[in-house]
Amino acid sequence: MVFEYAPAPESRSVVDIAPSYGLFIDGEFADAADGKVFKSISPATEEVLAEVAQAGEADVERAVKAARKAFDKWSALPGAERAKYLFRIARIIQERSRELAVLETLDNGKPIKETRDADLPLVAAHFFYYAGWADKLDHAGYGANPRPLGVAGQVIPWNFPLLMLAWKIAPALATGNTVVLKPAETTPLSALFFADICRQAGLPKGVVNILPGYGDAGAALVAHPDVNKVAFTGSTAVGKEIARTVAGTRKKLTLELGGKGANIVFDDAPIDQAVEGIVNGIFFNQGQVCCAGSRLLVQESIQDELLDSLKRRLSTLRLGDPLDKNTDIGAINSAEQLARITALAEQGEAEGAERWSPACELPSSGYWFAPTLFTNVTQAHTIARDEIFGPVLSVLTFRTPDEAVAKANNTQYGLSAGIWSDKGSRILAVAGKLRAGVVWSNTFNKFDPTSPFGGYKESGYGREGGRHGLEAYLDV
Amino acid sequence: MSDRLSVFKTYKLYVGGKFPRSESGRVYEVTDSKNNWLANAPRSSRKDARDAVVAARKAFGGWSGATAYNRGQILYRVAEMLEGRREQFVREVAEAEGLSKSKAAAQVDAAVDRWVWYAGWTDKIAQLAGGANPVAGPYFNLSTPEPTGVVAVLAPQESSFLGLVSVVAPAIATGNTTVVVASERHPLPALSLGEVLATSDLPGGVVNILSGSAREIAPTLAAHQDVNAIDLAGADEELAKELEIAAADNLKRVLRPQPTDWTDPQGTDRLTAFLETKTVWHTTGSLGASGSAY
Repeated sequence: MVFEYAPAPESRSVVDIAPSYGLFIDGEFADAADGKVFKSISPATEEVLAEVAQAGEADVERAVKAARKAFDKWSALPGAERAKYLFRIARIIQERSRELAVLETLDNGKPIKETRDADLPLVAAHFFYYAGWADKLDHAGYGANPRPLGVAGQVIPWNFPLLMLAWKIAPALATGNTVVLKPAETTPLSALFFADICRQAGLPKGVVNILPGYGDAGAALVAHPDVNKVAFTGSTAVGKEIARTVAGTRKKLTLELGGKGANIVFDDAPIDQAVEGIVNGIFFNQGQVCCAGSRLLVQESIQDELLDSLKRRLSTLRLGDPLDKNTDIGAINSAEQLARITALAEQGEAEGAERWSPACELPSSGYWFAPTLFTNVTQAHTIARDEIFGPVLSVLTFRTPDEAVAKANNTQYGLSAGIWSDKGSRILAVAGKLRAGVVWSNTFNKFDPTSPFGGYKESGYGREGGRHGLEAYLDV
Repeated sequence: MSDRLSVFKTYKLYVGGKFPRSESGRVYEVTDSKNNWLANAPRSSRKDARDAVVAARKAFGGWSGATAYNRGQILYRVAEMLEGRREQFVREVAEAEGLSKSKAAAQVDAAVDRWVWYAGWTDKIAQLAGGANPVAGPYFNLSTPEPTGVVAVLAPQESSFLGLVSVVAPAIATGNTTVVVASERHPLPALSLGEVLATSDLPGGVVNILSGSAREIAPTLAAHQDVNAIDLAGADEELAKELEIAAADNLKRVLRPQPTDWTDPQGTDRLTAFLETKTVWHTTGSLGASGSAY
């Protein structure tokens, strides 16, 4: 007998979204200088959540000035005092985590299960982790008394709005920098709620400034002559543009860009666990993850068995209301992103790969894409090379470990990879040969503030997380 | 005075462990500080630069795969070989930079010591730059530094030998392979270094040395899709900016030029500049059998 799932919606009442929000500059919410606004909508329902001030060049100017003014005092604070502010922020995030999780799900479209169990705990953990570093920088391995850089201009994407904010702001503040952060235009709300958390924590004015806006505001921030440090997470194309912009300046730059992660399954892998890892690797956050395991490399001898299990498992995934606690697959973040995923999947078919999706009913409003599997994929196919940033898995095969490594490395990217095998020596040998910044063995998509994350090759430079993450914000 | 004519040396490039002339067939006059002719140095072309990248890429697997201990032995061997040819380098550095014999000797000695310093780093940097990460979950999680790949190195212009060694040794100590553009005005000590490297157990292609115009060769290296990083030490401000822009095309790691006194002791910056950090996660089981372990 099969039991039907009863709806299990999370209550929206824990979050109070105001009809409009301003920019957060020098501790105050303010309108954009030119009065421009934009709307943030819920991708699951297309409902307008709030109207948000849209930063322009003049606002970037004001925010950088505020951050510069705040820098002297903030950087001169004893590390132990800075630490206490960060600990306060971490605690308030924990206290308000349900509210923030619901807000993030509404604004981003990802399942509440993920915001509640992955995003928010990690956000708090990042502030706790870097809070502890603030008064221990002399012991970080960069010599005695390492200095902050100054004003950090930070531009973050829409796939993990609050988590990416935490990755950027926590180490910046711990090391004594002040920040101007531009969240993505489709997901500005949790950053604005974070502004309120800064207020509750009593953080000095100007230390954190938030500028919701579009790419033009990000470009102006990156190019601003009084910004000392640029941190960007997003597409490789934009990352290259930023690298050109800061060329010839003294600005320190870290880039965390795209990926096309290979998830390699050997014939001795525990199949059920590998299937769970594959699902987690490509369908977590609808595949809108730079380190997603979007290329499945399966040893030829177990291809049929693995694909049968995988298809069976995909048929049990639940797609729908992101606020339902039983939902596995939520909405795609925007109409634009949905169009891109749709186009690339169609190209996959046109180039001769075989497309499969489980029976799956898509809601009538909002942006949705069914979990999708492509077989008969070759390395020449677009879907095996380009980052799709959606719930689309391309399956390739290999016969020997050497071939697996060669295929895994055959990409411009080098962010993540997965290895599934019961044989320790093989895992270590393959992990050693992979040109990727993060290698997950017999697991996938695990994150932790103590663990450095970042790419090889065109996946960008610098590491976030751990002791390594401090370097990006210190003059070393 | 003896009536014996001395034997001049034809200076050649050092690429893939061999000593080719420039593909272009061109040379340029190298003079000392008083404008006296010293030698004709090869004027490398863009094709030479591309050939050198191919050689460096070919050498990368073996060199990066060698044990750190082995790399340390070889770097120390370079110091040994240099020590034996100390007089030659003192003469070449003195002529190139217009230094007194004693000042040139100090430069060469410092360069030998620098090889020794970096030889000692090969098997220590991983412990310094990597380590275990105490993640909140049942995982074994380890970060390890790895070489970034093929590094293009524009050697400092003024410090023809100590400066050169100070930028090349750290790049290869960590397992990278290099294409080095020697000081344009003072290329002879660099070209002679190739002869030392060739007899130091260093695999061919790990260090490739080109002489000629940085302005002519460097843009090819900065834009090359198979070069992973570029050290702009020897570029002036204008060239450095241009090369940094070109390097963005495949997101090369860029080490910007900075004022440096090459006689100062070096830190680890130039080791870590060309390293990637790889973090490997593995699940850990839980035995959970009983509470009493001891």
